[in-house]
Amino acid sequence: MVCEQLIDLLVIGAGPAGLAAAIAAKEEGISSLLVLEREKEPGGILRQCIHNGFGLHRFSEELTGPEYAARDIARAHELEIPIECDTTVLSVSPDRQVTCVSPKHGFRRFSAKAIILAMGCRERPRGALCTPGTRCAGIYSAGTAQRFVNLEGYMPGKRVVILGSGDIGLIMARRMTLQGAKVLACVEIMPYSSGLNRNIVQCLDDYGIPLYLSHTVTEIRGRDRLEGITVSEVDSNRNPIPGSEIRFDCDTLLLSCGLIPENELSQGAGVEISPLTSGAVVRETFETSVPGIFACGNVLHVHDLVDHVSNESFKAGRAAAAYIRSASSAETDTADVWKVQDGAGVRGTVPQMISKHPSSDVDLMFRPSAVFRNASAVVECDGVEILRKKSLIFTPGEMAVLTLKKALLDTLSGSCIEVRMEGGSSRG
Amino acid sequence: MIQLDILVIGAGITGTALSRELSRLNATVAVIDRACDVAEGATKANSGIVHAGYDALPGTQKAMYNVRGAQMYPGLCESLGVSYRKCGALVIGFDEADCAALRDLLDRGIQNGVRDLRLLSQKEALALEPSLNPEVLCALSVPESAIVSPYEMAFALADDAAVNGVSFSFDQDVTGISRLEDGTWQVTTSKDVFICKVLVNCAGSSGADLHNMISDQKLHMVHRRGQYYLLDRAAELPFSRTVFQCPSRMGKGVLVSPTVHGNLLLGPTAEDIPDPLDTATTSDGLSEILKKASRTWPALSVRTNITNFSGVRAHLDTDDFIVGPVPFAPGAFEAIGIESPGLSSAPAIAQDLSAMIASYLSLERKSSLRPFPKHPKPFHEMSDEERTVAVSTDPEYGRIVCRCEVVTEAEIRQAIRRPVGARTIDGIKRRTRAGMGRCQGGFCSPRVAQILSEETGTPLLRITKDGGHSYLLADTIGSFLKGGHR
Repeated sequence: MVCEQLIDLLVIGAGPAGLAAAIAAKEEGISSLLVLEREKEPGGILRQCIHNGFGLHRFSEELTGPEYAARDIARAHELEIPIECDTTVLSVSPDRQVTCVSPKHGFRRFSAKAIILAMGCRERPRGALCTPGTRCAGIYSAGTAQRFVNLEGYMPGKRVVILGSGDIGLIMARRMTLQGAKVLACVEIMPYSSGLNRNIVQCLDDYGIPLYLSHTVTEIRGRDRLEGITVSEVDSNRNPIPGSEIRFDCDTLLLSCGLIPENELSQGAGVEISPLTSGAVVRETFETSVPGIFACGNVLHVHDLVDHVSNESFKAGRAAAAYIRSASSAETDTADVWKVQDGAGVRGTVPQMISKHPSSDVDLMFRPSAVFRNASAVVECDGVEILRKKSLIFTPGEMAVLTLKKALLDTLSGSCIEVRMEGGSSRG
Repeated sequence: MIQLDILVIGAGITGTALSRELSRLNATVAVIDRACDVAEGATKANSGIVHAGYDALPGTQKAMYNVRGAQMYPGLCESLGVSYRKCGALVIGFDEADCAALRDLLDRGIQNGVRDLRLLSQKEALALEPSLNPEVLCALSVPESAIVSPYEMAFALADDAAVNGVSFSFDQDVTGISRLEDGTWQVTTSKDVFICKVLVNCAGSSGADLHNMISDQKLHMVHRRGQYYLLDRAAELPFSRTVFQCPSRMGKGVLVSPTVHGNLLLGPTAEDIPDPLDTATTSDGLSEILKKASRTWPALSVRTNITNFSGVRAHLDTDDFIVGPVPFAPGAFEAIGIESPGLSSAPAIAQDLSAMIASYLSLERKSSLRPFPKHPKPFHEMSDEERTVAVSTDPEYGRIVCRCEVVTEAEIRQAIRRPVGARTIDGIKRRTRAGMGRCQGGFCSPRVAQILSEETGTPLLRITKDGGHSYLLADTIGSFLKGGHR
């Protein structure tokens, strides 16, 4: 017989999202809480991100990943927040029952008043790309290679091509180079990079690593270990152009082709998932479609900067605390919420719903669907412009954030808030 | 030099099924394979269908062994603890010519002794499988068709054989075979020399090459590659049965089928290639699957694809299995050309070969057998109560290594400690499913490599993905910088 433990708040994941959410909830007075983490230490993926550049927004300092995580871990310890590591959550039910397992505590069942989902994301593997060729050793997702190098102390290979220009791939191009490997190329199927501009400059340009835009890997060779790949240019429909093949002799191919929020547990709990973000559909409190279940960080939508993850997760933690105190969700009547819609040139705006009379300012987070230069992001409420932000460039590689002030929202009625891009679009 | 009674060359489904039969006899038996593990050839890369037996021409070896073998599967899987599901199959047709072909298949099936075959109207077919192309005109219902994991089957057969005294040895590439004056056979490999009274050629795609080393009646084999898509088990299955299109001269065509693990399989292609070890996928092959499978399943989506793979069929020009003694080579036996329905036929082929060998060597059956250590239920399939017990007995059941397929550290260690244990990352994957899921080992492979290294005492740098030189890692970062900075 498995006993059931009652608890106010269960946080799943002790990466930056889970830590921030737990800290905020504890600061709001929630003392019956527990953070569950599957790895042996808290910190999440930051543990293997030993490069710097973290914390510029939040701390006005350039920290490494472990340094950034250490600050939240220290704060969590200070607040005496229990974090149980080496513990994997197996299921979450719609009525907030959670089962988990660990070598130390065995199989356990919790019943929580609120749950914060903070499981992060995973990398898109080769299978998702359907790249033809052999299935030899030497093909890794960039994050797996990062773990081998930074946590285990091993080099996965010596002559490297990187497919995809996501941030982890760019960071690994520099990391492998610094460790003595030859990085031959970074290959991106889109006409623009999906990584941050600063990473293109600091990780590719500074080391003379060529970036092939509108190119992809069309063949993988090697029986045992990778021996080489073929890269082809693609047309505007992303189909390879015959005759454009370039062959590379390499022993390693790193894939940095996108991140997917890891929502298997959320789906088990019946949480509605957006096909655009692959994360939960949430309101401005980060509460999902299932009452009392909140989501934040990369499990909700993939961020570029951990600072934004923490910021979002503090809000989710506070909202979960408010939910536990009042034991009720915000109003569910559709007349009392705005539906948030993606307009032209915009993809995956979060949150998808905003309560009328929210308790604080609301950040609208989204990605433009292409590169826009000298353009504006425009927010409309039932067709009336309420906010406009101009920028020299909006790119899919950088999440845009528009803050709707509470004071402004309090003056509005209507039923729909739409975000769209306006002005000079270009794909290059 | 290793002396024994019987040497089986090839540890695929035929060789492992035979080894289990031979382990029941009073004889010394070894199984060798060129690859690093059991099931490394066509056995690891086929459709996983236990065919009912309607397809092969009546009177052929294929027809006889298929029907007999398929009937052995439920009992064999039960005693070995291998999942097997009689999900049934539909063969669908789109025009009058197809319907005539289906009527022929029905007749053939009845002659071959297949039970419960029935022709269905369009309406009946669509009622059974609503995701089918509504343009389907007719279908043959095959309730006896089943699915199984072919490599799990081979692992279990090998384990049972090993527990009962058969030895397995890998990375053994046969370089020479000769018959000695005393009538025994000498088999030279890349590693050893074996002297045996009986040798059995179960060498899959190398079957004809080995045969031609010992026989003047030369055989010619065509290497026919089949490529596949494998979709995530999280995706809702569009079909509960295996759906075939009308078979052609090149094979049974492109199928869409659930697997025993709840994934969806699309494929295979049929392309003749020169190199039997060339298991690459190609863009042409993959697009052909999509084109053909979408005729069965118009709403086809490979958005949830987790991997593509291919296997190579061992097709003989004569288009039938050869099972039995090698003519004019006393003491040599063979099972060659074991392409589809080879998986279905293997238990029956093994039974017959074993009887022939027993009679040739006048072998007695062992008086007692060691019971097969049935593999524990996977953690993923356990109830909460079973999980509670499992973790309290072995705390390593409490550590999930593969999050996508929910595989625990305890199960990974068990896979290495099995009688014929895993020695590679892929060996662990196929025995436990760790790395088989949607992240394709992205998170778990470093940990799996670590456990393999601990359990086998192999340095991490020598751990391979799938044998040979498929090393996972190139160097430690320290020594690489010192020695490798050019």
